[in-house]
Amino acid sequence: MAEPQYLRFGTLSLHGGQHPDPTTGARAVPIYQSTSFVFDDVDHAAALFNLERAGHIYSRISNPTTAVLEERLAGLEGGVGTVCTASGQAALTLAVLTLMDAGSHIVSSASIYGGSHNLFTHTLPRFGIETTFVDPRDPEAFRQAIRPNTRMLFGETLGNPGLEVMDIARVSAVGHEHGIPLVVDSTFATPYLCRPIDLGADLVMHSVTKFLGGHGVAIGGAIIDGGRFDWEASGLFPTLTEPYAGYHGLDFAEEFGPQAFIMRARAEGLRDFGACMAPATAFYLLQGVETLPLRMEKHVANTRKIVAFLKAAEAVDWVAYPELPEHPDYELAKKVLPRGAGSIFSFGIRGGRAAGRRFIEAVRLFSHLANVGDAKSLVIHPGSTTHQQMDAAALEAAGIGEELVRLSIGLEDPDDLIDDLGRALRASQKS
Amino acid sequence: MELQVDGKTVFYASGGRAPDAGQPSVIFIHGAGADHTAWVLQTRYFAYHGRNVLAIDLPGHGRSEGPAIDSVGGLADWLMALLDAAGLEKAALVGHSLGSLAALEAAARQPGRVWALALLGSAIPMAVSDGLLAAAKANDPAAFDMITIWAHGAEAQIGRHTVPGLWMTGNGLRLLERSRPGVLHTDLKACNDYQGGMQAAARVTCPTLLLLGDGDRMTPPQAARPLAQAISGAETVVLPRCGHMMSVEQPDAVLDRLREIV
Repeated sequence: MAEPQYLRFGTLSLHGGQHPDPTTGARAVPIYQSTSFVFDDVDHAAALFNLERAGHIYSRISNPTTAVLEERLAGLEGGVGTVCTASGQAALTLAVLTLMDAGSHIVSSASIYGGSHNLFTHTLPRFGIETTFVDPRDPEAFRQAIRPNTRMLFGETLGNPGLEVMDIARVSAVGHEHGIPLVVDSTFATPYLCRPIDLGADLVMHSVTKFLGGHGVAIGGAIIDGGRFDWEASGLFPTLTEPYAGYHGLDFAEEFGPQAFIMRARAEGLRDFGACMAPATAFYLLQGVETLPLRMEKHVANTRKIVAFLKAAEAVDWVAYPELPEHPDYELAKKVLPRGAGSIFSFGIRGGRAAGRRFIEAVRLFSHLANVGDAKSLVIHPGSTTHQQMDAAALEAAGIGEELVRLSIGLEDPDDLIDDLGRALRASQKS
Repeated sequence: MELQVDGKTVFYASGGRAPDAGQPSVIFIHGAGADHTAWVLQTRYFAYHGRNVLAIDLPGHGRSEGPAIDSVGGLADWLMALLDAAGLEKAALVGHSLGSLAALEAAARQPGRVWALALLGSAIPMAVSDGLLAAAKANDPAAFDMITIWAHGAEAQIGRHTVPGLWMTGNGLRLLERSRPGVLHTDLKACNDYQGGMQAAARVTCPTLLLLGDGDRMTPPQAARPLAQAISGAETVVLPRCGHMMSVEQPDAVLDRLREIV
């Protein structure tokens, strides 16, 4: 037999989960813009509802277009299955609600997306779920924060906004010692730069809105099941290991083995909470995933050029990017992100908040908005926008200096981006 | 559900329903390194359509106590002991790959106790490559990759699972990774060493279905032809665009074919 070989990343980006449509011959993924799907007969309908047979029933629970994106992301991440959701936030919420009940506890990196921080800090406590935040650079801090009711460790491959690189292998090992899964938000990295499941993560979530979609045109999320976590050995997850009255006493771990989590997330989570992805959204996002390897190479190459430019710029006090030797995670990044540390980074502008404001107003190609991971370059100065109500001390406590400017580098010609930044930096220094 | 066979605990999935003494019973027997979850897209249907389902974990696999049984003859005898333990006079046997050899041998040894036989992804002989045997013996994870890649057909490598959002090769790999050290080698060696297939085929008396995949690289349809010819009255069905993992690759086609015989 020939040397065994899985289909490679670039091929899966284009083909994963899809064969040409058998009815029409359509090569592109068709948009199945249909709420519901006809049954062959009464027996077929009953079998679908009782999970005796598989198939599409209603687009809140599954849809053929969305299923292509789901399979493709599972293949690219090295998982066993995916549920796509209305947004990245919906994906995180779905993971939490599938894993735990009131009275549970989460240990999370303190350096995470603000929306996730809000969910953990303000919203989940209303439902009896508490979170302890710890230093993402300290795996032992995760261990020390674990309580008897802890049901999930959480962090981001690349922290926000500090770009802390998560030591996924060590943090997941801490979780596994306690029978607790590690959930990783890998939005900033995408599977092209890092596959957290290969490093030990149990579930991976994405805001597919960002680099995976890549074009800033659609909101979507995904939760991907790595399929390695042993829910039964852990004994802490009755939603996955005890009979569920919602499906005639189905025990998901017993019935589905490695796919227990993702089956429950769909069968209960999408059915009952309903934060599904629309098929048209899946179609838009699939167009982005097709070119993910090409775009990520270019995002990283552009970022390296711009980081080098800013390092040498007089109006810049510091640049924080994990590929720089002075970054605290320089060595770790080489292991976790061997193809590059992404295209989001921050720098400190000389002159603090006022200079930051002048800089933002002077850029022309960089778009000033609250998003990252677009094909177009983006900029935000938290001190004058998202965090303007915080004083210097409060910003410092949040790890955000008044001088911090965050960039998301797009796919433009990098020399034009450098010209734009250079001009805006000069403008920022004129009072 | 659990049974005691030869003093050891055996797990079987019943498809979500407890057995009913008035119904015919069907035993599903998985392949090398796998467990009962290989049959999840068939068993639940049968359980809700008038059959007692016993999708077993062979000894040493899944939730059943070890050790794994190291010969097809030993597996056949064990299957008959399982029938005794379950209080079944007769059962239909549905086996995949290694499980098909065990089912074949059991049907030959005690033809009066097997009312139907379905052999999926089967061949006589069922030779296993030296490289795969060596990797499995060393508990090298490369063995899991080799099987996952060879066992899934070309279409399954790309995906489009019948269950929305599931990734076939990912799950196949994880299932093998769960096997206990040495078990995969024991299973593969049992396949490779099995000599009595053609003699067993001649002794089968019950209705028999051979279900094969035209893209199966592990047990190609031509390798099953002598077996099909040796079993009196056996029906052969070759599924188009299907590899060795037919119960996952084409779950509905497999289910519908099985409904015709069990």
